[in-house]
Order: sequence, then structure tokens, then C-alpha cells
Amino acid sequence: MSRVRVLVRPKAGILDPQGQAVERALPALGFAGVANVHVGRLIELDVDDPAQLPEMCRKLLVNPLIEDYEIVTA
Amino acid sequence: MRFGVVRFPGSCDEVDAQLACERVADATLLWHGDRDLQGVDAVVIPGGFSYGDYLRVGAIARFSPVMESVIAFAREGGPVFGICNGFQVLCEAGLLPGALLTNESLRFVCRQVDVVVEHDDTPFTNATEAGERLSIPVKHTTGRWYAPPELLDEVEANEQVVLRYAPGHNPNGSLADVAGVRNAEGNVFGLMPHPEHAVDPLTGSVDGLKLFASIRDHVAPRVAA
Repeated sequence: MSRVRVLVRPKAGILDPQGQAVERALPALGFAGVANVHVGRLIELDVDDPAQLPEMCRKLLVNPLIEDYEIVTA
Repeated sequence: MRFGVVRFPGSCDEVDAQLACERVADATLLWHGDRDLQGVDAVVIPGGFSYGDYLRVGAIARFSPVMESVIAFAREGGPVFGICNGFQVLCEAGLLPGALLTNESLRFVCRQVDVVVEHDDTPFTNATEAGERLSIPVKHTTGRWYAPPELLDEVEANEQVVLRYAPGHNPNGSLADVAGVRNAEGNVFGLMPHPEHAVDPLTGSVDGLKLFASIRDHVAPRVAA
């Protein structure tokens, strides 16, 4: 089996209030120079056939209307 | 005329929805694990947190056995009415356009809002008048309807936006103040506000009843025929 990570993030251009909230919180803690923060989701899974991953993403793991994804194999 | 109200694990408004339906017609609960819709004339997908809303709101529920039958029912032209989580499920199932995102405020909102009827010639609003304001409560964290620009243009051009929040009443930052949309065929409709919580003067408004009465008035003549 292969260990795989699917990184899911809000599509560019969609208002991401979570990212904005984090972006505002960091300077409040004294961390300067932070921009373009986006909050997404990490899905880790072991799969027999990594070739099925794009279909898994399209059908369930990701909503392509609002999210982009990236498949990272270890 | 009989409504069927789907009960998922994690549903919480199915009994209120059933009671609202029973004010205008008959109603029965449908279990998420059953494929049999028991011959109901209209399906209501109620509010709540189906399957814990894990992954994304509505994402798991759309694959439940009952939804296979609901999707087939909708494809045959049967009226399907999604409220709050039900709206989210119908969007995930591809029966309605768009998706629901976390409220712009990141906060759970629970309050009475006014929505404006855009179209009164639908199976869900025929007992209302275009331009009429309905007072109905919302209670959600993930109610910001969104569609990419080209899809929004299509939805607007097809007159699929049935309800919009009145000016100043948008509780979630939804695009174009959308509160409820229908599919292109017009037989599937979803909205974030909860009409089933606005059916008795005791709770401040009976405006929600008009949506249930609309469905009955749409379906009943066909059942009798």
C-alpha cells in the first residue's frame, strides 16, 4: 500500500474567512510579515492503487466547485 | 397527498418538518438506509447534521441508500425540497447548483430573517406572490451559497433564484443574497432558512407554511387525477 496525502484548499478567489482570521491573529501575536493565509484540509490515506485517487477526489474527497487539491505521495 | 421526510443519522429537524407537512397534508418519515420511498408524492430533506457533516456538509449523506432513490425520484420530475442541511445535501448530490460555504462571519447565526420571493410560479412558492417578504428563521454556520461566476450567470439567466434575503437581512454573505435556488427543471428546491419553524403564530410567523402549502397545491391535483 502507498501512503498518500491529499491537500485540499479553497479555490483561489473564493472568500476564505478562516484564512483571513488566522492572517489577522498572527500579527496580533507579534509575527510580522505574514500574507495570503488559507486554511484547508489534509486527508491521509493508504491506498493499493494510487491511480484511483483523482476519481476518489472528484467523487468524494473534494468539491471541485469550491476546492482545489493536490496529491502528495510519500 | 403525502410528503416523505428523510431521517439521516444526525438529522435534527425531521420531526418539525413532518409536523409542518402534516399541517397541509399527510407525511411519513423515510429512513436513510431504505431505498423504498413508500410511494410519497414529494420528498423533504430536513435540517441537521447528516452523518455528522464529516468531510464537508452533506458530502456523506448524498451517498446514502435513500438518496439513490431520491435522486431517481428527482430525475423523474418528483418535487424535492431541501431545508438547510437538506439544501447542502442536494448541492453535494448535484441536484442543485452551487455549494454552501462557512458563513462570512465564521459564526453560527440563529435569527429571524426576511426573504423576498423572486418567483411565485414554482411548485414551492405558488401560494406566495412575487415580491412578497416572508419572515423565516435561519440557524446555520455553513450557509454562504456560492457558485463560480459563469454558473451564477447561468442560474440567474434561468431564473433559478427563488428566494433572496431582503436588503440588510443576508445572514451569511451568500452570493447575490441567494437564500434558495431551484434546479433548471424546477422540481428541486433548496433553501437555508427553516420554513418548518415558521408554521405557528406561537413562534412568531406562519410564513413558512406557504411553502409547504405550495407543494401540496402543486402535487394534490396530480394525485387526485
